[in-house]
Amino acid sequence: MTAVAELMDYAEVIERFDPVLGLEVHVELSTNTKMFCGCANVFGGEPNTHVCPTCLGLPGALPVMNGKAVESAIRIGLALNCEIAQWCRFARKNYFYPDMPKNFQTSQYDEPIAFDGYLDVPLDDGEVVRVEIERAHMEEDTGKSLHVGGATGRIHGAEHSLLDYNRAGVPLIEIVTKPITGAGERAPEIARAYVTALRDLLRAMDVSDVRMDQGSLRCDANVSLMPKGTSEFGTRTETKNVNSLRSVERAVRYEMARHGAVLAGGGTIRQETRHFQESDGTTAPGRTKETAEDYRYFPEPDLVPVAPSREWVEELRGTLPEPPWERRKRIQEEWGLTGEELRDLVNTGAADLVAATVDAGAEPGDARSWWVQFLTQQANAREVELADLPITPAQVARVIELVKSGELTNKLAREVVQGVLAGEGEPDEVVETRGLKVVSDDTALLTAVDEALAAQPDVAEKIRGGKVQAAGAIVGAVMKATKGQADAKRVRELILERVGA
Amino acid sequence: MTDLTRLTAAELAAKIHAREVTSAEVTRAHLDRIAEADGRVHAFLHVDTEGALAAAREVDAGLEAGHAPASPLAGVPLALKDVLTTEGIPTTCGSKTLENWLPPYDSTVTRRLREAGIVILGKTNMDEFAMGSSTENSAYGPTRNPWDHERIPGGSGGGSSASLAAFEAPLAIGTDTGGSIRQPGAVTGTVGVKPTYGGVSRYGLVAFSSSLDQAGPCARTVTDAALLHEVIGGHDPLDSTSIDAPVPPVVAAAREGARGDLSGVRVGVVQEFAGEGYQPGVLRSFQAAVEQLRELGAEVVEVSCPNFAYALPAYYLIAPSECSSNLARFDAMRYGLRVADDGEHGAEEVMSLSREAGFGAEVKRRIMLGTYALSSGYYDAYYGSAQKVRTLITRDFTAAFERVDVLVSPTTPTTAFKIGERVDDPLAMYLADLCTIPANLAGNPAMSVPSGLSDEDGLPVGLQIMAPTLADDRLYRVGAAYEVARDAAAGGSLVHQVPELEAAK
Ligand SMILES: [Zn+2]
Repeated sequence: MTAVAELMDYAEVIERFDPVLGLEVHVELSTNTKMFCGCANVFGGEPNTHVCPTCLGLPGALPVMNGKAVESAIRIGLALNCEIAQWCRFARKNYFYPDMPKNFQTSQYDEPIAFDGYLDVPLDDGEVVRVEIERAHMEEDTGKSLHVGGATGRIHGAEHSLLDYNRAGVPLIEIVTKPITGAGERAPEIARAYVTALRDLLRAMDVSDVRMDQGSLRCDANVSLMPKGTSEFGTRTETKNVNSLRSVERAVRYEMARHGAVLAGGGTIRQETRHFQESDGTTAPGRTKETAEDYRYFPEPDLVPVAPSREWVEELRGTLPEPPWERRKRIQEEWGLTGEELRDLVNTGAADLVAATVDAGAEPGDARSWWVQFLTQQANAREVELADLPITPAQVARVIELVKSGELTNKLAREVVQGVLAGEGEPDEVVETRGLKVVSDDTALLTAVDEALAAQPDVAEKIRGGKVQAAGAIVGAVMKATKGQADAKRVRELILERVGA
Repeated sequence: MTDLTRLTAAELAAKIHAREVTSAEVTRAHLDRIAEADGRVHAFLHVDTEGALAAAREVDAGLEAGHAPASPLAGVPLALKDVLTTEGIPTTCGSKTLENWLPPYDSTVTRRLREAGIVILGKTNMDEFAMGSSTENSAYGPTRNPWDHERIPGGSGGGSSASLAAFEAPLAIGTDTGGSIRQPGAVTGTVGVKPTYGGVSRYGLVAFSSSLDQAGPCARTVTDAALLHEVIGGHDPLDSTSIDAPVPPVVAAAREGARGDLSGVRVGVVQEFAGEGYQPGVLRSFQAAVEQLRELGAEVVEVSCPNFAYALPAYYLIAPSECSSNLARFDAMRYGLRVADDGEHGAEEVMSLSREAGFGAEVKRRIMLGTYALSSGYYDAYYGSAQKVRTLITRDFTAAFERVDVLVSPTTPTTAFKIGERVDDPLAMYLADLCTIPANLAGNPAMSVPSGLSDEDGLPVGLQIMAPTLADDRLYRVGAAYEVARDAAAGGSLVHQVPELEAAK
């Protein structure tokens, strides 16, 4: 195993060096079908069930471009304030790897669909940093390999490998920043804030699931250091396998500290790919190659150029949603939140979700309390980002509506939400299948009340004698018998009615 | 009864549709002929006897039930080049790598043939992955020219051309990347057409060079080729490079041409395709053909296409570059030959050793050439420059077609050479495609039609006719007019003189 890397104290790194960042984010588009064939684009599924001659790269099969993916690519480019190419092509990126069916990746190379843009990224303290975007281009995803046996889980040393091509050919957009300089000590924070802002934007656009845990949003972080006072970029490393927003920040900070130690010790940084290790927050080198990979790019002859008309581009510009940070500013005013309250909402990742829930018809107060309390607990328990919980703002709004109309109690509503989170379907389906409707039929309730009173005659006697608070025990018994589906207030009324009669 | 194998596809279709003979009988006659002749010729890699007879019986049943034939060629048998996928029928591309590979899908050409009621007899031999001009690069042994068994039948589609000249099939499908339909047609005395690029779907055509590959019809007459062209042509949403336009009216053009009048047609003779390297008998046959076109009323002029001289070197950068990428998928991971999977070798070694064992020398040569040409630092000098030449050649064609309606040249500089004669000299082999490559680079259509026998060796010579993009019909008009005139002057169709027919007796 590799030795533990020397790290420089972070404050010293900042004192002696200026960090330069470059972030490459891969986004899987949530189109119905894959990039170049008609196979379903869905996460998971039994291995090799969403495949066809084209995405398996069978001899003779050909690609056909997914128009929806091109549309999403243009919209993303516009949302990132990019120029949209008048005419661009795909290229072939040639290299051998078993999870790539054709042994080349169909990807845009020197003619990206979108280029020269920027994203204004809000930091935690409200400061806004502009991150320049180099390009956003279209490409296809690879399959997945599972290397069995061996210590590293990588192809070298494995006893055998299993291949799943369900993901092969899923449309990807790669968004590349220009070098981010001058970030100083806030570099790791800016990296996280950028990916966060990008994720929120893409989610609002409804072009991707943007789930870092499922790989539908992946970030590669390029980091280098240059001694203070110089302007020539240092050698960079590219860290992959960064699977959460928190990891983005940790990975950048770790690499800065590692680079600092190497450079201060008179060493040189090797240009290499490193893998982030979630468990201990370190990075480890990937396989080193003696020669740089030569991808032998050339224009993809099986596809025709993409030449989006300006009319279409303008039409797509009109479909862009209100940017999340603008919506936040608006809701702060509308809901009368203090800056701190808004920041709390933003930091927990709840702001956009609350806003979307309000847009779906809920009262801001209800929406806030659901996301900030119960759903935040659920996210913490599952160790996922709030936004990655498998429930949508529209579903939360529906649950709130059911409570308002009296069809659910708060307790039942939480059960409904649990059901949605467990993948049991829409709130109404969960209500139906779990039988969670409030029992408002008095006849059914009266039977339960009578049974409870009969079972506890001593308590019934106490109530009759004027000790009204003793009714609590009977209420509890009725609620238990009705599995909590009764309205407690009504139960109490019925008990007093019965005893008094 | 007349020998059914001697008839043209149009004649066979007429008899089948008139219920004078069944498709099953016609199919059986050709299967018998294959059984008798293919031991000598080796045109086929796989004969699908049961599938062919079943397809024929289905056509017969439809006609019996009073249904109209699915196409003008319904019931007629055909030989399919083994580079087009056929569901459940082996598709080897002439390579060890794909030995025993059963595709799970039909190519669009295959599907259209089946839907037209055309009976697929089997799969024909070819140079491995269509790389070659002699069919000697097949991993399954060479095909022999029915005119002389010591000679090559052309390539890469030598199996398809030989099956026609050996009267094993009245129709065949070829693919043409640098001349692989036309050059085999020329050296076997048969007709071969490379349609406009994008005119026939490439879906299911195992790619050699994607920007050049084009499937097309092979036949013994121009009219038969036209009938087949209309069956396989037309837009296919599964091929992004397929042209979304109607198939040019090639059958009507062939009928018009067969009336024997080319008045008003301007024919350009490509000056650059003559002189050193050209067999005198080939040039004499070509001159006679040009004379015949003049007699038919055509106005003949000389045309210079100066950049055609660079076509061959440009082709040998573009085609290998694309092939190096297209053939990367043969890595033993999902299908195809797999060696050294013994638990001792890692995946990369299995890939490498399988490719070493599965590919022949010419395929490896081109993969290496292409890999080199695309390498960083060399791309602009090689691939980039070749693409510029391609543009210049297209401009030469454009300029020429402002002056003339079609261009003509010999199809190939020599008649069929001897098997083994050029195997150790790749550059000599590559020269066989000297005259055919420009049309692949520019994408415009071209045809080879027999122009008689070379007077010094008695072997067939082909006349190449080239037309502008999407004007495939012009090939058929001029080709059919010439064919009728030549046959009338010579007292019959050239291919009926093939000695292989005598060998059968
Ligand atoms: Zn697919």
